[in-house]
Amino acid sequence: MSANLTLLHDGRSDVIAVADPAHPVISPEHLESTLGWKLQPEGLCRGLVCVPVDQDALVAGDGLDLRVLAGALQRPLVTDEKHAVAALGASHHDRGEALASLEAPDFTLPDLDGNLHSLSDQRGKKVLLVAYASW
Amino acid sequence: MADLYGMINVPTILWIDEEGRIARPNDVAFGSNQFKEMTGIDSEAHLERLRAWVRGEGPAMTPEEVRAAQSLPTAAEQEARAEFTLAWWLSQRGHGEDAEPHYVRAGELAPHDFTIRRGTMLIRGLDPMGEDFMKIVNEWTESGNAFYRPLEPVSAS
Repeated sequence: MSANLTLLHDGRSDVIAVADPAHPVISPEHLESTLGWKLQPEGLCRGLVCVPVDQDALVAGDGLDLRVLAGALQRPLVTDEKHAVAALGASHHDRGEALASLEAPDFTLPDLDGNLHSLSDQRGKKVLLVAYASW
Repeated sequence: MADLYGMINVPTILWIDEEGRIARPNDVAFGSNQFKEMTGIDSEAHLERLRAWVRGEGPAMTPEEVRAAQSLPTAAEQEARAEFTLAWWLSQRGHGEDAEPHYVRAGELAPHDFTIRRGTMLIRGLDPMGEDFMKIVNEWTESGNAFYRPLEPVSAS
């Protein structure tokens, strides 16, 4: 028997089939197609980066324990079992490393007319980035 | 953007140079003195510094100074953002009651993150400009914490 789990991650959401939303186990195929990681003998790999992982703890039946996976990637995972939804946050390590590199993270946001603008469009100019709120 | 840049309150400003590098990290600065009486922060000091930098008449911070001034995201802050993401998703689908424990948990994990605590008040049926907001601010400041944390301390004048 399987159920659908909505996984919120990296600004998107994916619906994946799991046996038990309370203890989500995802298939190696979903690991690669949704999160971009692949389980290799040396650990979890994405491109040239590999993260060591306790594979005995990670592998659960035919799939991979999402909580162990999140822990190995230092990403917070929070769940709501009633609605079968989970949010996989960004690693504080990754965010911190990106900011400490001093390269301003790129983003794209719409203006009031819905036109999209990226920070990288402003390359060559000095930029004052202001985050404000009208609440 | 709050997640990408580790923003915990507004206003938050950053300077980014022509090469896309952070030349001044997250700081608190206002565009005018409209709220100076309330915040104690004079907008003019930042605006003068900013004008000088843009005109090439004054420096930005060195990379070492930027790194020393940065507050990098913590594990608890990132977990709070994940709780917020989950709660927001639930709220948007009409499950406000089920979202509430996740909002509360986010606030417990990162009580200093007012982009979450204040930014979610409206959708939770609370007033982000009135008594509900003042209650959390007063609790926070009466515990010895500053609501605004500019890079340079606010003068007592």
